[in-house]
Amino acid sequence: MVQSEKVIEMIGITKKFGEFKANDNIHLDVKKGEIHALLGENGAGKSTLMNMLSGLLTPTSGQIRVNGQDVSISSPNVANDLGIGMVHQHFMLVEKFSVTENIVLGKEEHRFGFMDKDTANKQVQELSDRYGLSVDPKKLVENITVGMQQRVEILKTLYRGADILIFDEPTGVLTPQEIQELMSIMRKLVSEGKSIILITHKLDEIKQVADRCTVIRRGKSIDTVNVRETSQQELADMMVGRSVSFTVDKKPAEPKEAVLKVENLTVKESRGYDAVKNVSFEVKAGEVLGIAGVDGNGQSQLISAITGLMKSASGKITLNGKNITNKKPRMITESGLGHIPEDRHKFGLVLPMTLEENIALQTYYQKPFSNHGFLNYKEIKSYAKKLIEEFDVRTPSEVHSASSLSGGNQQKAIIAREIARDPDFLIAAQPTRGLDVGAIEYIHKRLVEQRDKGRAVLLMSYELDEIMNVSDRIAVMYDGRIIAVVDAKETTEQELGLLMAGVDKNRASAETVTAE
Amino acid sequence: MLTMNKDRLNNLLVPIFSIFLGLIFGALLMLAFGFNPITAYNAMISGVFGSPYFLGEALRAATILTFTGLGFSIAFKAGFFNIGVAGQLLVGWTASIWVALAFPDLPRLMLVTMSIAAAIFAGAVWAGVAGALRAYFGTSEVIVTIMLNYTALHLTNYLILNVLGTGNTTERVSENANLSIGWLTELTAGSRLNVGIFIAMVVVFLYWIFMTKTTAGFEVRAVGLNPHASTYAGMSATKNIILSMLISGGLAGLGGAIHGLGTFGNLFTQSGLPTAGFNGIAVALLGLGNPIGIFFSSILFGVLEIGAGFLPNGAGVPDEMASIVTAAIIFFVGANYIIRFFMNKLNNKKTQAVQEGE
Repeated sequence: MVQSEKVIEMIGITKKFGEFKANDNIHLDVKKGEIHALLGENGAGKSTLMNMLSGLLTPTSGQIRVNGQDVSISSPNVANDLGIGMVHQHFMLVEKFSVTENIVLGKEEHRFGFMDKDTANKQVQELSDRYGLSVDPKKLVENITVGMQQRVEILKTLYRGADILIFDEPTGVLTPQEIQELMSIMRKLVSEGKSIILITHKLDEIKQVADRCTVIRRGKSIDTVNVRETSQQELADMMVGRSVSFTVDKKPAEPKEAVLKVENLTVKESRGYDAVKNVSFEVKAGEVLGIAGVDGNGQSQLISAITGLMKSASGKITLNGKNITNKKPRMITESGLGHIPEDRHKFGLVLPMTLEENIALQTYYQKPFSNHGFLNYKEIKSYAKKLIEEFDVRTPSEVHSASSLSGGNQQKAIIAREIARDPDFLIAAQPTRGLDVGAIEYIHKRLVEQRDKGRAVLLMSYELDEIMNVSDRIAVMYDGRIIAVVDAKETTEQELGLLMAGVDKNRASAETVTAE
Repeated sequence: MLTMNKDRLNNLLVPIFSIFLGLIFGALLMLAFGFNPITAYNAMISGVFGSPYFLGEALRAATILTFTGLGFSIAFKAGFFNIGVAGQLLVGWTASIWVALAFPDLPRLMLVTMSIAAAIFAGAVWAGVAGALRAYFGTSEVIVTIMLNYTALHLTNYLILNVLGTGNTTERVSENANLSIGWLTELTAGSRLNVGIFIAMVVVFLYWIFMTKTTAGFEVRAVGLNPHASTYAGMSATKNIILSMLISGGLAGLGGAIHGLGTFGNLFTQSGLPTAGFNGIAVALLGLGNPIGIFFSSILFGVLEIGAGFLPNGAGVPDEMASIVTAAIIFFVGANYIIRFFMNKLNNKKTQAVQEGE
């Protein structure tokens, strides 16, 4: 199966930015026809390393060989010519263009200056059939599923003649079923002679699909191991550098009275369609309600409506017995809401402002942080310092801008701000997106801690593991509706996966049983 | 950008570099047309700084620019491009003269206060219209303020011709609306420098207090830097848009009152909008939104404006050339962004690295 011919050799790669070594003497070799996983926490240096392979950065020292030849990959075009292609985490597609148009973009087939669409469509269809990608070349990208958009990205690299494909965190936006499809596509690609580098921090994916795995920690390559001979626990410990626990320790929930009540809520998107359709549910004190679902099934709009960032078209939302339907965000916040927003850069922080100002973002107008309209920076500073200490936010100082913090620390700062206000109801939307195992562990602990203190917690996440680990009950959203509410202890990943794909509950349970 | 920036040194370097580039470009232009740039710049500097009168005039010009610069800056901080500073200045000018002419016999302190208050109100209303349209209907404030500039211009001309004046000009306001201070006039050998410069200094200080110490200023800054996060945190974007535009227009109107009562003492028909309005934008950009920075860049612009008058006689450079040279300097100041862009590009890889490294 795995041949010994090496398609990529990165030998002693060091990349310095000023004094900082993002990559420190890293070794990586990829054999022809293998799936090679690159495992590391956020900021470990995976992207830097891959950017050197795709020509976006050049190494400070070290040697790169492609197919046994010394090369200097000075630009993305050189990488392209060497047959290296990257499938990006965030798709780089033009929504209003067809699949084919997106694929040939920049390399259009033309005859006398006119685009030759028929030939292009045919080429794309052929490629798609050959690798079992099943895309429709003529469809507009905006009308196809996320999974298919990713396959378009894969086709883009194949169309440009890539033999070595780099997948950058490819499964973040996919349903479990789509992930399975992607895995089989990857296997098909290597069986056709392609080689794959899979960047990820998800261990089960590596176990499933990869042949070998190189672990990177703090810019250094720790080891390259055969995946079959290594357990998930060993991989995790190598990645983090200490022993980590995967499951969240928690006592059984002791739910009490309902803190949040949502009744027959409908929310219209700006374009006029119903994003949330007649949804009703409750979140009780002392429980974590998880909202599962594939991105784009109304979860974001549901949360925007509860938090006052979007208008609801009909229905009623009650928090602590107060009607908060279509009220202003400040009033809702003052009624006892804490909100860790899904998009921390857009909503959670004012990035250019200092950390202390961001920590006072909702409370600046209250005593003791201000008095008769004048800010009291002394109070703000000491409060910020206290929170930074208590929540272990790593920052040089409280007057550094929020943008200078790493993603994990930005998120910790938001969580500190929201939890420290001691809200009765806490919404955590995608609280661990893009964070590494250590930070995830920490955040999950904090959420469960809130629950144990008798607060109501609403956790929205696209990550099944997270939902299943942290929640007590799970509501699955599909096409704007809550199609099922299940007990977290009794459900399975398969059942949830089917529910997320819109299969109704009875069938989902039945299918899961037969599968087992 | 006019934001609180990480790199103080860079913040100082950029404006200095832009001034320097402007001066070099002006020199090259003069060389190309056969004039000696050293004689020319020398004539400018010794002209302004060699006589108390012209220094006074330069400071007087700087006073007006401080108001328009601060006015532009506060809207900019809140995320708006108030290109209508010139129009707001003009309605302020008109309002102050109107009040001064209507009540010529009131005591001086009262009349001056009333005239200035009317000017601030007029400027605030003029800008507030654009702010309200933006806040409630999402109308582009750039287009609305440009349009309101012309409305202000023609409305003023109409008022002079039909209501306020006789012919193309109004009467002069009475002594009771005069802004001049005896010792200051004497010190600057009879220049039109007036109490406005002290008002400007106070406003610079108040502006700084407002932006850095008050909750309202905190909201304006937060909304300007990230309206989404500000809404999330319970601030009202609508309220802050309108508030910042009202203050912006009010400051421009105040500048108009100082210009009207202090510089001219009357109002006359204009063929175009007052240049102090547009130069205020350049001043704000050069001062990087910092009130002290705006004050000093106003002085620079005042010196340029008055100094340009010395080029024809002092260095044989014709008027038109003098205008081109000052325009070149303003251009490079405005090109601040371009200079910043290239400076950023130089540091780019370093920054990228640090972010990735985290």
